[in-house]
Amino acid sequence: MTISIDPQKTNNESLQPKGWLRYFSFSLDHKVIGIQYLICGFLFYLIGGTLASAIRIELASPMSDFMPRDVYNQVLTLHGTIMIFLWIVPVVNGAFGNYLVPFYVGARDMAFPRLNAVAFWLIPPSGLMLVASYFVEGAAQAGWTAYPPLSITTPQSGQIIWILSVLLLGGSSIFGGINFIATIIKLRRPGLKLMQLPMYCWAMLGTSLLVVLSTPVLAGTLILLSFDIIANTGFFNPVLGGNVVVYQHLFWFYSHPAVYIMVLPAFGLVSEILPVHSRKPLFGYTTMVFSIMGIVVLGLVVWAHHMFTSGTPPWMRLFFTIATAFIAVPTGIKFFNWVATLWGGKISINSAILFSCGFIINFVFGGITGVALAQVPFDIHVHDTYFVVAHFHYIVYGGTVFIIFSSIYHWFPKVTGKLLNEKLGILHFIITFIGFNLCFAPQHWLGLNGMPRRVAEYDPQFQFVNQISSLGALLMAISTIPFLINVFLSARNGKDAGDNPWNALTPEWLTSSPPPVENWEGEAPLVEEPYGYGKEIPEQN
Amino acid sequence: MLNKNIYLILIISLVFAISFWIGFNVNLLPAEASINAPIYDELFKILFIIGLIIFIGMTIAVIYSLFKFRKRNDQIGDGIALEGNLSLEIVWTIIPSIIVLLIGLYSYNIYDRMGGMKELNHNHEMMSSNTEKIWAGISQTSDNEMAINNLPIEVSAMQFAFLFNYPKGNFISGELHVPVDQKVSIKMESKDVIHAFWVPEFRIKQDIIPGQPTILNFTPTKVGKYPIICAELCGPYHGGMRASIIVEEESDYNEWFNKNKKSEVNL
Amino acid sequence: MTTLDSSKEIQKNNSEVNETHEDFRMFGLITFLIADGMTFAGFFAAYLTYKAVNPLPEGAIYELELPIPTLNTILLLVSSATFHKAGKALLKDKNSDSQKWLFFTAFLGIIFLICQLFEYFHLPFGLTDNLFASTFYALTGFHGLHVTLGSLMILIIAWQTRINGGRLTSQNMFPLEAVELYWHFVDGIWVILFIILYLL
Repeated sequence: MTISIDPQKTNNESLQPKGWLRYFSFSLDHKVIGIQYLICGFLFYLIGGTLASAIRIELASPMSDFMPRDVYNQVLTLHGTIMIFLWIVPVVNGAFGNYLVPFYVGARDMAFPRLNAVAFWLIPPSGLMLVASYFVEGAAQAGWTAYPPLSITTPQSGQIIWILSVLLLGGSSIFGGINFIATIIKLRRPGLKLMQLPMYCWAMLGTSLLVVLSTPVLAGTLILLSFDIIANTGFFNPVLGGNVVVYQHLFWFYSHPAVYIMVLPAFGLVSEILPVHSRKPLFGYTTMVFSIMGIVVLGLVVWAHHMFTSGTPPWMRLFFTIATAFIAVPTGIKFFNWVATLWGGKISINSAILFSCGFIINFVFGGITGVALAQVPFDIHVHDTYFVVAHFHYIVYGGTVFIIFSSIYHWFPKVTGKLLNEKLGILHFIITFIGFNLCFAPQHWLGLNGMPRRVAEYDPQFQFVNQISSLGALLMAISTIPFLINVFLSARNGKDAGDNPWNALTPEWLTSSPPPVENWEGEAPLVEEPYGYGKEIPEQN
Repeated sequence: MLNKNIYLILIISLVFAISFWIGFNVNLLPAEASINAPIYDELFKILFIIGLIIFIGMTIAVIYSLFKFRKRNDQIGDGIALEGNLSLEIVWTIIPSIIVLLIGLYSYNIYDRMGGMKELNHNHEMMSSNTEKIWAGISQTSDNEMAINNLPIEVSAMQFAFLFNYPKGNFISGELHVPVDQKVSIKMESKDVIHAFWVPEFRIKQDIIPGQPTILNFTPTKVGKYPIICAELCGPYHGGMRASIIVEEESDYNEWFNKNKKSEVNL
Repeated sequence: MTTLDSSKEIQKNNSEVNETHEDFRMFGLITFLIADGMTFAGFFAAYLTYKAVNPLPEGAIYELELPIPTLNTILLLVSSATFHKAGKALLKDKNSDSQKWLFFTAFLGIIFLICQLFEYFHLPFGLTDNLFASTFYALTGFHGLHVTLGSLMILIIAWQTRINGGRLTSQNMFPLEAVELYWHFVDGIWVILFIILYLL
């Protein structure tokens, strides 16, 4: 365990951190940890994307001919688990949260820096363990939901490694959540009020509350599941008198809030990006804060909408329909407010704003199908079909991943001091947007017409639409190339960005880019109006 | 100002017109082959139209803002310092709430018409398992028609097949034969893992859960052969777990039934 | 768990911004205990659901003897009080008194564990007998794990309150306060567990 940065020492030498090796060390610097999260997450995104490509290749033809059937199930299980637990959750919470939250609260680091580093370093080993389980008797093959009794009857080693890995990732997520709550509530610089915080802090506060309240339930559930597998108990094993539906309740008590753990930070990030590039204050700050908290509260009591065709009695189906549909109200408020933020602005058309607007359009679409899916009679037909697959990819890819890219374009100058190439960025956006919609929009039709999800083979009449979808997936894979080229070229010899290329008013831009180890040379600035655009004329270049 | 409002009204009515046109003319659903299906399609149409209005409206608003309010080369400075508008925000809180509430009430009504809110029971006067607890499913649409129900069928699902037991004829079939325009009541139980019983043309689905019997009631309305699909991941051959439901005229059905019937069951 | 060690590590710079850095280590611990409590809440919810909807096979034994768990409840409640005494003594710089109370608290915790094991060995059912048995062992076992960890931590801080070379003084109360809070939490969980599992 080496601590590469000792703030006491660097204080006297140079304010700029040096040496790329610190990204491979047990660094306590929140900025280093944020980048570690981002790069680690992106590597797993590439693995998960490869698995997704394998799925789309298999589905390009109606027969199960590309890979063995049990391998196909392993691939879809790993794809789901990796994308959720190793890409979206760590990046949208861990990476941007660690990088930005200390700036936003005016601190020099997170509340518990060592806990922070521990939380990050739990991720690579558990992720590698998960991937490696494929080479030991095969990975888990019961889907990322791991419903028993299937997860009890499939080969045990893969399932146990899956459980262990998810437990570690859950622990990492809980440690991160504790850290964010403490940082936002307790570590604010004196004079900074809660209602002056940038929206991303509120989103992270809401997210972390969900993490702390719901992840432990998943941990407990998976421990019980592992007892069923190893110790032959019967919690979820009907042969021994257990109840499989209890697992589903406990699992979705975490995994529905997990959806908000994945999208709330994205809501926060887009609230940072839109005002800067449209040169207007964020519309309706107070309602935005209340709608985040509304989503947190409602998000905890809607889990059973994933179980409408399962063993749920009618009254439960009805209650969860109403509760779920009402989440659309605070979510809708946020979307109207974002459009109102754009309205009347002076919008610079660049990659960051394009990805953000792509996010709005995709997420509205996913949200509409979400409200439809919340209606029991509607859900009864399309549950567990490609309609659901399309819906949640519109939420997590069209929503969150678009925002991750948008944020990378927005904060890359902050991290490196260099601008990303705009032409390559816009090319990246166009290919991603077209590829994404081509891939997932047709899947709605597939689901409505009788193609269940998680199948390796399907009826021949669905072949054409599946091939369109696979073509979209190919475009999505290709879209990574201009992005990677852009990042590597710009990091080496991109245009110099200066300290504040966007003339932004949020606190992270009020220091040099890249920031010094201690974030600010003197005392942290007190930013009372992070969105005060148009009120005073900022310095023009 | 007046001019602007006219354009706005024009665009909104155009969005509504397009949405309604698409909603009524684009069919995304398979054939309707049960009493449930037209009810479901009614709900689908309404949700589809509302969804289209919101989606097209939001997309136009975003793209319009990007064009209209884009920063020209000669422009410097910021946009207007508008931090919010309380009445506008109240409007777009209340209107979605009302829409969502109405959709919720409407879908409750649809669900009720499908029989979803009725007490769960399965008409098995011939079986000893009469008192067995039913955990979930969709019941008959009306209670007094229970006596008519003469088709209790038991479905057992296993990796990777469905078996259909006709207790009245004391035989087991690999295909589900039912007469057209008659209520069918099936009780389902799984032998191993969770499966699901889905007939897309009927718009019904129910998980088949080991240890927790579930039921489904439906009335087919169209003669034909439809797929029964397992919709819950159940193992490597999940994609191949299919069966057929054959809806036939009553005479054809009786012929098939009598051919397969093994022996009289003692009452 | 690791929260305790890690939370000790606070960059000194932050103390300029936040005058009371003691404060938010406690805050972090409370957040962690809420999370831990949710794990128990999940187990309780599962247990109560099983009880409500899953009938046990005929002849299954689900009546529990009350004397030992009642004794255990008393032991834990008394240990909470003795821990509190230890804290008060340390605050008044009476380190050896504090150490005595801490050892007594750890002793009560260990007696609790021994009683628990005794109960396990004399129960008429095993882990895999039926759903009730499995849930019973999972709940009490998970709680027992917490008691074990707590007892170990109490022994460690008891050692650290020694007069010569101990790191715990009236100026450095945080480790003692943290373990105390944890111990009260484990106590509270036991009371809920006792009511739900043995009395209901």
